[in-house]
Amino acid sequence: MDATALLLSRLQFAFTISFHIIFPSFTIGLAAWLTILEALRLATGRPAYRVVFEFWLRIFGVAFGLGVVSGIVMAFQFGTNWDVLARKTGPIQGVLLSYETFTAFFLEASFFGILLFGRPRVPPWFYLFSTAMVALGTTLSAFWIMVNNSWMQAPTGYAIENGEYVPADWPKIIFSPVLWVRFPHMLLASYVTGAFCVAATGAWYLLRGKFHAEARIMLRMGLLLGAVLIPVQLFFGHLTGDYVHDYQPAKFAAIEARWHDEQPASEVLIAVPDPASETNLYAVSIPVLGSLIGSMSFDSKEVGLTDFPPSDRPPMIIPFFAFRIMVGCGLVMLLLAWVGSYLSVKGSLEENRLLLWAIFLSFPLPFIAILTGWFTAEVGRQPWTVYGVLRTADSVTPFLTARAATISLIVFCAVYAFVFAFGVFYIYRLLRAGPVVSLARPPVAAVPNRPMSVVDEPITVNSLRSGLGE
Amino acid sequence: MAMFWVFVLAVSILFYVLLDGFDLGVGILFGFTLNERRRREMLAAVAPLWDGNETWLIVAGVVLWGAFPVVYATLFSAFYLPLLVMLAGLILRGVAFEFRYKTERLRWIWDLSFAGGSFVAAFIQGLMVGALVEGLPISNGQYAGGEFGWLSPFSLLCGVGLCLGYTLLGACWLVRKCVDEVRDAAYRLIPPLSISLLVFLIAVFAYALVENLRIMSRWLERPYLFVFPTIGIVAAIVLAVSVRHRRDGLPYYMVVLIFVAAFGTLAISFWPYMIPFTITIEDAAAPHSSLAFMFWGEGLFVFPLLLVYTAVSYTVFRGKVRPASVDY
Repeated sequence: MDATALLLSRLQFAFTISFHIIFPSFTIGLAAWLTILEALRLATGRPAYRVVFEFWLRIFGVAFGLGVVSGIVMAFQFGTNWDVLARKTGPIQGVLLSYETFTAFFLEASFFGILLFGRPRVPPWFYLFSTAMVALGTTLSAFWIMVNNSWMQAPTGYAIENGEYVPADWPKIIFSPVLWVRFPHMLLASYVTGAFCVAATGAWYLLRGKFHAEARIMLRMGLLLGAVLIPVQLFFGHLTGDYVHDYQPAKFAAIEARWHDEQPASEVLIAVPDPASETNLYAVSIPVLGSLIGSMSFDSKEVGLTDFPPSDRPPMIIPFFAFRIMVGCGLVMLLLAWVGSYLSVKGSLEENRLLLWAIFLSFPLPFIAILTGWFTAEVGRQPWTVYGVLRTADSVTPFLTARAATISLIVFCAVYAFVFAFGVFYIYRLLRAGPVVSLARPPVAAVPNRPMSVVDEPITVNSLRSGLGE
Repeated sequence: MAMFWVFVLAVSILFYVLLDGFDLGVGILFGFTLNERRRREMLAAVAPLWDGNETWLIVAGVVLWGAFPVVYATLFSAFYLPLLVMLAGLILRGVAFEFRYKTERLRWIWDLSFAGGSFVAAFIQGLMVGALVEGLPISNGQYAGGEFGWLSPFSLLCGVGLCLGYTLLGACWLVRKCVDEVRDAAYRLIPPLSISLLVFLIAVFAYALVENLRIMSRWLERPYLFVFPTIGIVAAIVLAVSVRHRRDGLPYYMVVLIFVAAFGTLAISFWPYMIPFTITIEDAAAPHSSLAFMFWGEGLFVFPLLLVYTAVSYTVFRGKVRPASVDY
């Protein structure tokens, strides 16, 4: 095993999966939101809901396409770079991910075509059903991914035979207690992401004095969803912390920057952990709070990182800071959502340009929170791929050379940067143009497998005419 | 149970080759015309379908991982660099479908990435099959060939061969889906492509004889295998007749038959090995609990639905692409 190849493989995995997660986390939330919009339109008959729906459907299309394209790489990467992991855990992980492909792909692909082109051909209730099915598909995809990752975080229900991980109890593997806190945590993160992107877009239009009716729907619904969901999310975040405390004490110690055992433990709010001296520099901490957070008690003993042999310790710096950035983003979003919703109920939100600016500029926050949350979970799991059982260093393809790993990392970075730049620019152009045309697109042939194509039909006088049935 | 998953895997790979094969082939042909109008017609002939076609690759990949983890890990790590290049090619050609219409000035970049990506993906797939036929250096259940263990004159030859095959498939697809200029140009390409493919097959055969590849001896042991090449030859004859009589619908199916014949030939000459001649189906199969769990859910229910779904997509998009629908 080549140490450089190992490091490069880890970097490559981190890079490709971070790039990938941005798109699904956005589309999961957006799909759910589209379902709500369509239901509201059916219930109230307000045309503005339809306009907003059509507009976000286009953006959904591009983000979905980028998610699919960047997802293909993930299906290959376990085999190319993580030969030993793939070989040993394939009977479990491979099966879980095959379920993801089969169930999620099927729902998404079948019903997405109807979403794009089926409006004139199916009854309204079926259209709403299709929207819900697309949302279910994206949710199922997240479900299987979280099942798989939760198994890597807290492996259960397996036996080791000839060095291979043999599934012994599928219900235990799939419905582990860890899943029931982590899956909602991820799902809520996606919903909050969708809500904030929508609210930020609404704020942007209001600041520019455009699309008043649609912008108001986006802003209000986005903020309201955020105001309701973020507290729930914080609660599930706390439960996720509890599972880390119980199942992964080393990770918990790293997140808390707790080097040595403490009783009662203090909570480090902010500090610069110094691995060399195994102490914290410039620490600001609150006594007893650490025990309260860790064990809901005033005098519990909380373990420190130095309890573990150096070879079993995760690095502290990344989980420590990533966790705090995530929580910080969450709190800022909570504040914005609550103040914004309050002012919106009072009816004075739209005059408050400062707050509108803050909401508009907050759109990166949910993405940062999701990425740093994953950094905490994944870096904190080190030095293991399957926690406590299989080390990362033992998972990598043993004959992978540093040269090959360097080449692949550079190629992936270049290709992704290239594609990402164009994709994001394209989403930006769609957002900037806004919900200009509110009429139905022409009923051209259905294109079920081509999510990104919906956006490149230029809206011309001709297509409008045919859309109106002339 | 393992046999069921071998079947699913084989069907997925075959679907991938037959379906993504034609759109990769159209991508290669795309590079040989500069006429924007023709390019649009060619794109319109594959645009609604390529994404679904590519999904079969992912299906094959995850089935391989779940049901035959050893093969997944061994092959994917052995083909590290080729797979990297193939993925880059597939990504670039995939986004090109959409991005080329976003810009006029930079359209050449996306056209280049479409044609280039299609070519590279096809070439690499052929190369990998060639390397498998020739036999990957494997010791103790681990690939032992180094960064370029898959590289040989034979594997390169197979890369070229699959490009020819896919291009032929693509040309027949265009004959089927297009009219006028594009169709006529595609018709003109079929004879030279078929002849080159024939020359390639003879070259492969000769090389295999000269090098005394182990796969050849299996042929002599099992003469009934010659039923597949016979199907191929019959299909080639029908292909020639249908091209002469300009029967637009037929050539694609004939080339499909040729591919099925080649696939069957390969599959049966590998049997019962998954990686010849080191890892058998039995060696590679995941534990029963994995295979059974896959079978009772995705195998029994979702897999048939995937087939139905593919059939529905192709029914919706049957018939010719009308040039009017791809107007500026």
